[in-house]
Amino acid sequence: MSEQRYPPVTELGMASLALIVAGGIYLSSHIPNHVALTPAVVLLAASALLLAVNLLLLARVKVFDWTRFFQVAKWSLLAYVVIAGMIEYVFVRNHLNGGPLVVLTLSLVVFAIHVPILVGFTVARFYDPSDPDAQQATA
Amino acid sequence: MANVASVSEAPLEAEGAPPPHIEIPPFDIVPRIGLVISGVLIGGVIAAIATDSQWALDGSHVAGGAVWTVLDLFLGFVLGPIMGSMSVPARIEFITRLMPKMVVIMPTVVTITLAAGWQLATKLGTNLTSYPNHGWVVASFIVVGVMSVIALGLLEPANIAVLTELKKRRPNPEVIERLMKRFMYSAGVLGAMQIATLIIMSKIATG
Repeated sequence: MSEQRYPPVTELGMASLALIVAGGIYLSSHIPNHVALTPAVVLLAASALLLAVNLLLLARVKVFDWTRFFQVAKWSLLAYVVIAGMIEYVFVRNHLNGGPLVVLTLSLVVFAIHVPILVGFTVARFYDPSDPDAQQATA
Repeated sequence: MANVASVSEAPLEAEGAPPPHIEIPPFDIVPRIGLVISGVLIGGVIAAIATDSQWALDGSHVAGGAVWTVLDLFLGFVLGPIMGSMSVPARIEFITRLMPKMVVIMPTVVTITLAAGWQLATKLGTNLTSYPNHGWVVASFIVVGVMSVIALGLLEPANIAVLTELKKRRPNPEVIERLMKRFMYSAGVLGAMQIATLIIMSKIATG
């Protein structure tokens, strides 16, 4: 199987998700005590940085089926926005507010963007944009 | 009508011989009826959270968790080895019937279990630091967190990618094999972690 080399999108994506999960666990394991937000903010910032790096690395790939990527990613985005919205609803329903709500909401934003990128990348990396047969595949 | 695709078994194929034609049954990557059922279930959990009904929350969390656990264990330790021993045509037919359902079932079940579980814990006070088994609750957060990263980063993308590969006129068997291995190994790891979840949840339930 001849395959071009891609940046480590999946690895970076999983690391990014692990960081926001760690931040979420840190915050939720201290309820109802006052908790310092700094560790969670640092984890969130690192996760967002990995998201930005992932997008940058992916944008630099020369041959990539962007049509397929966006076709898959946009539907995944819809699904994960619904999931993130439901989790956000649980936070708001339980009167979470202030700094923890901001951190967890931004974590959900990173989650809802990064997972569709991973799904879109995993699908599009196996497509050759110049192959007409592959382009007939429909989602 | 079934799609007749050329799926070549590269190592077995004699040089110059045409690739064998394998029928790929028609399938939707995301079954629409599944989306409807998922929407109804998620709507039910939102209603349970809104009304804070302990019965509905408990039911959603336990039922969702049971389905999640059983599916991971079954996929990782029962179906995975069976699929590995199937012929290529049988495996492809099986994949086209199983995987579209998994695309909808897994995210739905995980979302329902976690959302209902968090609301239930808030209602019962089991997520407070004052709860006697707080350490076990935090352990469950960690296990679920690791499982989520594996499921979202490896399992779900592989699931969708193998289905889109099968939609091609000439699916690449190596790609399918590679993605299915990734899916089954991920499911196996998740299955093993589900055993940890069972231990933690039974400890929390019994106090």
